[in-house]
Amino acid sequence: MSKLTPTPGQTVGPFYGYALPFNKDNELLAPGSPGSIRLQGTVYDGAGNTIPDAILEIWQPDSEGNIVQRTGSLVRDGYTFTGWGRGSVGNSGVYTFTTVNPGPTSPGSAPFISVAVFARGLMNRLFTRVYLPENEEALANDPLLSSLDPERRKTLIARRDPDGGLTWDIRLQGGDETVFLDFQQDGSLDTSVNADSQP
Amino acid sequence: MPQEQTAQVNSAEALESEELVPPAEPHAAHDSKKVETQADLSAEMRGIGDRYAEALKNGRAPETMPRLDFAPYRSSILRHPTKSLHHADPETIELYSPAFGHQDVHALESDLTIQHNGEPQGERIIVAGRVLDGDGRPVAGQLVEIWQANAAGRYIHKRDQHPAPLDPNFTGVGRCITGDDGSYSFTTIKPGAYPWKNHLNAWRPAHIHFSMFGSEFTQRIVTQMYFPGDQLFPLDPIYQSIVDQDARDRLVATYDHELTSPEWALGYRWDIILTGSKRTWTENEAYGDAGDEE
Repeated sequence: MSKLTPTPGQTVGPFYGYALPFNKDNELLAPGSPGSIRLQGTVYDGAGNTIPDAILEIWQPDSEGNIVQRTGSLVRDGYTFTGWGRGSVGNSGVYTFTTVNPGPTSPGSAPFISVAVFARGLMNRLFTRVYLPENEEALANDPLLSSLDPERRKTLIARRDPDGGLTWDIRLQGGDETVFLDFQQDGSLDTSVNADSQP
Repeated sequence: MPQEQTAQVNSAEALESEELVPPAEPHAAHDSKKVETQADLSAEMRGIGDRYAEALKNGRAPETMPRLDFAPYRSSILRHPTKSLHHADPETIELYSPAFGHQDVHALESDLTIQHNGEPQGERIIVAGRVLDGDGRPVAGQLVEIWQANAAGRYIHKRDQHPAPLDPNFTGVGRCITGDDGSYSFTTIKPGAYPWKNHLNAWRPAHIHFSMFGSEFTQRIVTQMYFPGDQLFPLDPIYQSIVDQDARDRLVATYDHELTSPEWALGYRWDIILTGSKRTWTENEAYGDAGDEE
């Protein structure tokens, strides 16, 4: 089949506040319910300042590693785990989600949560992943992580908090910049970083 | 009436906590002692455009996406990755999308002109089209969200300080779920242009923000739809962050008289093509059976 050229993205801008957030958007399950954990972190710019107008989405398997295909993310019934959530950062650049530890989607694979990042000043959404820190063997064998040098690899692995939660910061720019992903190498170049310098 | 406006803003604010409200566009993050004019910015954008035209002539493949690194949009300077995006093959969860359905979105949410007691001010329009993947397959049963300024170019947002009137009958937010053929349709009001503080006398062309999901999470897109013939296109750093003219044109709707509703609303058509998909499709999904479980 012939490939169609994709529509370009654009920045989410500053005025999404009445459109994208919704009630319990960042609660993939009710806080305090059995098995729930808090995933939290801070979003930083290239000067190390927190970004107060970013919005994140997470998409993940359940704790057994099942990929859930259930409706009801926008109008949560309090029982159904849909695997998807949306969380705006607050004035201090901090986001939080209530979710579960994702399970491995195949035996021995490294569990991760898929993340999309949107912000004013960010021209197009960015994709990344956040991995659970525990299973070192699985992390070492993960196709993505093993393709990264150790310093950059660290940016994709969350810290386990004493209360069982996960902390994971996002740095859009700088020496310890988070690894962002390009999934399109099928002729539709997804984006151009420093495009002026490309051949 | 002022009282009605207040009531409207309060009810809209109840939708979210205050801390979710992002600040308005600040002045340029870099040295702002010198007031930058449109002429300064236009010259900068022209330089980037000239270099791109030269690269195209030398055989470079056309760009299809905005540049993450596009300094004329001053807020992007500290917010773009400086390392190349890392190529990854999408795996497991990334090859699926969250499921949305009519539990999530009421059918009336696609009409932005009926959300209050009265009719909003401005030019009523219909915006419709299809969401397709890179192979031309319809993306069925997926969520489309839009938001926009009112006819006067004002967002309902406490930090939008543009002194244009709020419209008590217009929030500027809509949602729908795509049909089996990937189709969506919104009834709304044509948004006005609005000023922002990227530089002196900066104005955004009229636009509607669109947010869409594909059948795979890697196809997730947030973008902006524009109206044909807008005189502000050459002046706008956000539109110009897409340096390729063909790519820019993909964000501009087409006036469609067939879509225009007699004595009611002008019609604009705009199709969205998502990035290609990697997953092997089953018959059911290809024919739009995925999504709603209700």
